[in-house]
Amino acid sequence: MTALVLGIPSKGRLMEATEALLGKAGFTLTRNGSDRLYRGRLGGIDGIDVAFLSASEIATSLKEGKIDLGVTGEDLLRETLRPEDDRVDVLERLSFGFANVVVAVPEAWLDVARMSDLDEVSESFYKRHGRRLRVATKYLNLTRRFFANKGVTGYRIVESLGATEGAPAAGTAEAIVDITTTGSTLTANHLKILDDGVILESQAVLALKAQLDGDQRVAALRAGLSRALAKP
Amino acid sequence: MSGRSSAERVALAAQNERVMAVFEGAGFDHIAPDILQPADIFLERSGEDIRANSYVFTDPEGAEMCLRPDLTVPACRYHLMHAARPDSEARYCYCGPAFRFTQGGRAPSEFGQAGIEWLAAPDSEASEAKVLALTIAAVKAAGLRRFRVKLGDLHLFHALLDGLDMPERWRRRLIHQFWRPQAFRETLARFAAREELSRTSISLFVDQVMNKDAKGTQGWLESEFERRGLAPVAGRSAEDIAARLADKAADRSAHPLAPEAVHAINAYLAIEGDAASALRQLETVARSETYREALARYRRRIEAMRTEGLRPEDFFFAAPFGRNLEYYTGFVFQIEADAALGPLQVAGGGRYDDLLSDIGSPVPVSAVGCAIGTEQLLAAMGGRS
Repeated sequence: MTALVLGIPSKGRLMEATEALLGKAGFTLTRNGSDRLYRGRLGGIDGIDVAFLSASEIATSLKEGKIDLGVTGEDLLRETLRPEDDRVDVLERLSFGFANVVVAVPEAWLDVARMSDLDEVSESFYKRHGRRLRVATKYLNLTRRFFANKGVTGYRIVESLGATEGAPAAGTAEAIVDITTTGSTLTANHLKILDDGVILESQAVLALKAQLDGDQRVAALRAGLSRALAKP
Repeated sequence: MSGRSSAERVALAAQNERVMAVFEGAGFDHIAPDILQPADIFLERSGEDIRANSYVFTDPEGAEMCLRPDLTVPACRYHLMHAARPDSEARYCYCGPAFRFTQGGRAPSEFGQAGIEWLAAPDSEASEAKVLALTIAAVKAAGLRRFRVKLGDLHLFHALLDGLDMPERWRRRLIHQFWRPQAFRETLARFAAREELSRTSISLFVDQVMNKDAKGTQGWLESEFERRGLAPVAGRSAEDIAARLADKAADRSAHPLAPEAVHAINAYLAIEGDAASALRQLETVARSETYREALARYRRRIEAMRTEGLRPEDFFFAAPFGRNLEYYTGFVFQIEADAALGPLQVAGGGRYDDLLSDIGSPVPVSAVGCAIGTEQLLAAMGGRS
């Protein structure tokens, strides 16, 4: 039987937390000698190879079927996969990497509380300036889906690959969609989250190819993780 | 789509030739608008939604371009670039490919459109009836025998609201929500309700500006900004923010929408029937001057249809029809074929008076047009699309 490939974040807090959780579950991560940065094995279960990838690569690789399982942020997974995509399932929520994807506007907008306000503002913005209200984000798909669902259409996305929270002050966008853990970065930038502006309450998840749902190795991994997550 | 066989190509070309002969014969100038269009014009006009179903890409110099998602905007751009003046009368027809992305490939991403656009026509209702008559003549020339014509009139709805007593911003909200039936019902219910709206994170600010005039509101806002170390950013001035806060305060003290007004709106939206007898129902809904003027236009349009040799009795009118269609500002129509597998929309059109201003005309230009889906038309007659 071909070994399954499990994608694990290659750096940062997500990697540390994943490694700790796997350790707690009794699956030790070992890195292969020659290419220790990219490949490894999972002790305790036969037939699972580990690929160290960036969290966003893990989401894309799952979608494209290049890896079988992966630990990544739910935000990245939802951004990468369409809601009706049934090729990838979430097997387990991992209780770390908590963060919210939110819609935030300048704190100075004392007249804006809800998405419906943003809708009104975007309409009059277009009439006044002849251009659309801009929303800076790296979450193009989550933003489009959420805004369409809330009936907000008169806006444009400005793709942002870093320091999104600075876009309104820099004058490159009016509002943002970004991920936040405590909200302190938003506050420091004089931004506020809309009352109904939480798009996703995200955490790290273990996701897999849907067709592997019945696989014994997957069942063993899941059982171990469930036990580890239940421990105090 | 995986290309067309030579027989399919010939059948489609022959059909399109018959369609275009009708348009050209009526004096419409056969133009070929650009397939490649600047994306900006579509994105600014329709907002972000259009990007999700358009082919947008960046050219080597970094300009955002798109494959045209329809031919109406390209034809109007052609007009603005070539006409002596934006509001010079012009009659165009075209036939060519358009491109739209549909998730999961539910519909072909490349499809043909044959259509006409009549800009700055001197007589609104006569030009609307003419466009409808030509569209019907074109699908008939192509060989379509069994079809239904659906009509709507978005201007009537605006006129109805104009004649009802409510704050102007409520009217704008209702018009803005019109194309989303659920949100529309909720908004209407909110305006009609007497109870306090639910509190939000800005209700406290609204409390502060209740009973203040524009100047007082502005003053409060400035002191609040100073106290909290805020400055207006991102394209919205303190005046914009103060004005909306004042609107919110005014909403709280405004009288709820009268039950008669709610009744008139609901009664209007329930009207349907053949286009001639619908007129009698429309007459009973409201009596305001703006509404009566809009009804007079409806009546003139019915007469113009008869002049064109059409029978309005055979067309189906529904008051809410067209609420979900982009562009349109007044008369709208759709032609549905009775195909083997069920009804198939083969053509649609109507009045879109805002489009030319939206894409850069310095003066308003009235416009009415139609587009026929060429593959749908062929499919409706049993040919392969």
